[in-house]
Amino acid sequence: MYSEKVLDHFENPRNVGEIADANAVGQVGNAKCGDIMKIYMQISDDEVIEDVKFKTFGCGAAIATSSMATEMVKGKSVDEALTLTNKAVMEALDGLPPVKVHCSVLAEEAVRAAIQDYYDRKGIQKKVIEKCSQCCGNCSCGE
Amino acid sequence: MRDCVYFDNAATTKIKSAVLEAMMPYLTEEYGNPSSIYSLGARAHSAIDEARDQVARAIGAKGREVFFTGGGTEADNWAIKGVALGNRKKGNHIISTAIEHHAVLHTLDYLEKQGFEVTYLPVDEYGRISPEDVKNAIKDTTILITVMFANNEIGVIEPIGEIGAIAKEKGIAFHTDAVQALGHMPIDVNTLNIDLMSLSAHKIHGPKGVGALYVRQGLRMENFLHGGAQEQKRRSGTENVAGIVGFGKAIQLATADIAGHTGKIAAMRDRLIDEIYSRIPYCRLNGPRDGRVCNNVNFSFQYIEGEALLLMLNMKGVAASSGSACTSGSLDPSHVLLAIGLPHEIAHGSLRLSLSDYTTQEDIDYVLEVLPPIVARLRAMSPLYEEIERGVKYV
Repeated sequence: MYSEKVLDHFENPRNVGEIADANAVGQVGNAKCGDIMKIYMQISDDEVIEDVKFKTFGCGAAIATSSMATEMVKGKSVDEALTLTNKAVMEALDGLPPVKVHCSVLAEEAVRAAIQDYYDRKGIQKKVIEKCSQCCGNCSCGE
Repeated sequence: MRDCVYFDNAATTKIKSAVLEAMMPYLTEEYGNPSSIYSLGARAHSAIDEARDQVARAIGAKGREVFFTGGGTEADNWAIKGVALGNRKKGNHIISTAIEHHAVLHTLDYLEKQGFEVTYLPVDEYGRISPEDVKNAIKDTTILITVMFANNEIGVIEPIGEIGAIAKEKGIAFHTDAVQALGHMPIDVNTLNIDLMSLSAHKIHGPKGVGALYVRQGLRMENFLHGGAQEQKRRSGTENVAGIVGFGKAIQLATADIAGHTGKIAAMRDRLIDEIYSRIPYCRLNGPRDGRVCNNVNFSFQYIEGEALLLMLNMKGVAASSGSACTSGSLDPSHVLLAIGLPHEIAHGSLRLSLSDYTTQEDIDYVLEVLPPIVARLRAMSPLYEEIERGVKYV
């Protein structure tokens, strides 16, 4: 069902944890649907993501996509991180089963949510994420 | 690490060697068609007759009331559609429950689309239905009551005898899916007033692809598979001779010493339940403590998700199952866990461990050793648990 890479990132997830003095924190998903991703970032003054950590409640694919997404944006500029797509996360994991595609969407959104938080804290007038993309199909966000 | 510590016996079981041995001749030299006149065919026919008697004896039925099917799902489909279509003139109302297996629920969905009306009775927090609710749901148009004997996910045993008595008094056909009960408790179709009962071989160390439907003699119902007149012209298709012989042997073995089996397995089950409670915080047993099938343990572990739990258990060689959405192929967690009132997020974190005659005390020790650190590891990764640790009450 899962590729070797997904299983590797699930078994040995990279960047798990919290950043105590993070200046960007984003959380997406909800417990009802069975997935919550929370990403912490330490972003430098010249807008480089110096450190990134995640915590995820969810299935194997949710944990693996969180791990991969954090690895892909670590050390990147904020602008580069915003170009990360769910497709790129999936490809980096050698694919996901169709029912798990929404996990990669959540991972992309978690990165964007953290960057949005950074912008909001800085007072930068930019919008990089919608409230909810309804990626899971029957989500009850905001309920 | 152990190779395969199998805790998924409610999904399927290992075939017993005595069962396989009984089947082997019919997969090799004894290949005759049971409907043929010559000796090779006649021998296959008598092998089926013997298996039919073995099944009948195990449930207190007559041989001619036992019809072999392609498994439990077919038996459920046939029982429900057969009674519904055969009694259309009498009425169109069927009573069932919210926690039936999908083989029943999806069959009822189909019938609803054909104009039948179905009442799904609710269950209490342990998954039990109330016989009083059954009585109150009966209408003039009720033609069938279908209630499972024991639930496949949470192991709750339903009050089949009481429901059977109500059905008998009202003259309504009563079907029960006994797939998860067979071998784990004595079943007598007469004392329990069961009119139709679905059985499956592969849950009792028999082969896959074979089951049976018990049909009380004289009950009005339609046939399901039309063709070459096998099974007293009621279930056509050349018989799965080897499978049927295997089922006969398996049911004989499974019912030879039910009290001994139940005592042994229930003791292991209870140790597993007690130890999980004492070793892992924030968990709950789903289903009742008493009145549950001897081989079923089902826990919800808060703040983690079931599929991730299964994958980590698999990495330690433990095979188990979950009611999380991610393992059901849909986005909703198990309908059974929702029906007993669990919120979605707790239903997502369920784990079912189901035991069998092959489960050992060492298996129990092993799962008790590997499970707590896995739950702890997933919780350490979970943003929900982080809030708990900080003292935020999560609802």
